[in-house]
Amino acid sequence: MLKMKQLLGFVVAAGMLFNISAYAQDAKVIKLATTTSTENSGLLGYLLPKFEADTGYQVQVIATGTGKALKLGSQGDVDLVMTHAPNAEAKFVNDGFGVEPRGIMENDFVVLGPKNDPAKIRDSKSAEEAFTKIAKSGVAFISRGDDSGTNKKELLIWKAADVKPDFAGYKAVGQGMGKTLLMANEMQGYTLSDRGTYIAYKGKLDMQIDFDGGKTLANPYQVILINSAKYPDLNHKGARAFSDWLISDKGQQLINDFKVQGQQLFKATYHK
Amino acid sequence: MTEGWLALIQQAFGLLFSLDPDVWSIISVSFSVSFAALLITLLPSLIIGFILAFSHFRGHWIAINLVQTLQSVPTVVIGLLVYLLLTRNGAFGNLHWLFTQKGMIVGQMMICAPVLVAMSHAAFTSVDKRAWETCRTLGASWLGAVWVICRELRVPLLMAIIAAFSRIVTEVGCSMMVGGNIAEVTRNIPTAIALETSKGDFAQAIALGLVLLILSLILNFLLGALRGAAQPRSH
Repeated sequence: MLKMKQLLGFVVAAGMLFNISAYAQDAKVIKLATTTSTENSGLLGYLLPKFEADTGYQVQVIATGTGKALKLGSQGDVDLVMTHAPNAEAKFVNDGFGVEPRGIMENDFVVLGPKNDPAKIRDSKSAEEAFTKIAKSGVAFISRGDDSGTNKKELLIWKAADVKPDFAGYKAVGQGMGKTLLMANEMQGYTLSDRGTYIAYKGKLDMQIDFDGGKTLANPYQVILINSAKYPDLNHKGARAFSDWLISDKGQQLINDFKVQGQQLFKATYHK
Repeated sequence: MTEGWLALIQQAFGLLFSLDPDVWSIISVSFSVSFAALLITLLPSLIIGFILAFSHFRGHWIAINLVQTLQSVPTVVIGLLVYLLLTRNGAFGNLHWLFTQKGMIVGQMMICAPVLVAMSHAAFTSVDKRAWETCRTLGASWLGAVWVICRELRVPLLMAIIAAFSRIVTEVGCSMMVGGNIAEVTRNIPTAIALETSKGDFAQAIALGLVLLILSLILNFLLGALRGAAQPRSH
């Protein structure tokens, strides 16, 4: 009988130990939902090993469109999000899912088109003017159409330009940035891209930047924690550690130092 | 979560029965492209199947095995091939068919042709050779004789057509690569399901999935009914 009790005690103790170790394992993993642009450009591949070496955490990345990343956040499927769609992010915070949004960096969007610029947008004063000219010219415009941050930005520009994106040349393709660039290249039409993916694909494309700059095309990234009142059992400690590290002097410096083919892609923007 | 599921299914049925224009445009793209591919491929494939069954030439055996093998080529490989042919610097780049319905039709023709040839060949070989001679001696023309034999074989031939159609209407690889999933132009049921799932909008994906399920159920029942109707022939 005693043996039985001992055995039981041993099993319970082992179980507890195992649980604790599993919990410790869990507490070391941070799940981050982010956009394809931070993943495809190689920024995360460059930052995460340094963060992991500094803190001992392990970050698991789910790279998807901004829309879905925020959805994952509001369902409590991830510990924090890093996205680039200010309006959608504001809604995410106002609805009580996200807390402590921090602007960590920005890059910019560019309007790409065929080398001969058939819609003559090169001397436009604004992105809105460039878009209006494209719509009038009858040349194709290839839209991501996948509810990503880039897609949301593009739709905002059409709205500001007061053009309905349903003209004959408008094609919503529902693909990621890279595939959309290849399709725009095949059809020799215009498209809106983040600068990072464009630089990564430049060698494969027979296109160039026909319009860039201006306030409209700025592309700010925020990192947002998930509300612990809504989802108490997420890894909030790890999420906060990552957010703090990104805005630390070291994190901001590393963001500025990241280069693709000799070009700086992201500008660190956190203001204390 | 169960409530979420119920709500999703309700939304999906709502989309279908309210004749949501987006959903129906996707369904019509699927059917028009696949029907066109099937109709264009049908007659040449039947003729090739007939020739393979009723004639013997050098390399006959190789031809038959080649067709059998082509039936199981993955659709993404066919997609890649068509993409390379139609791309701007490809052999047929000047047609500008990449990311159009025409391009999708070409891809689907290549997918369904081997199925049609192999299955019609199998049907034609089941015919007694004497049927052909009997027709000819009774004064039927060459075409007339073919017609009589096709009528005789209407059940297995119809089965070949249904198998080919269900293969192209459900394939996603080639349509995605060659068509490019352009809204209201080349977005068909399978590519739309892939897109909506990647966006995390499941209602439309489920609605379209239901359409495919119902379609394959109908086609399978048809096949079953036809098999039942196929009378064993006495020789």
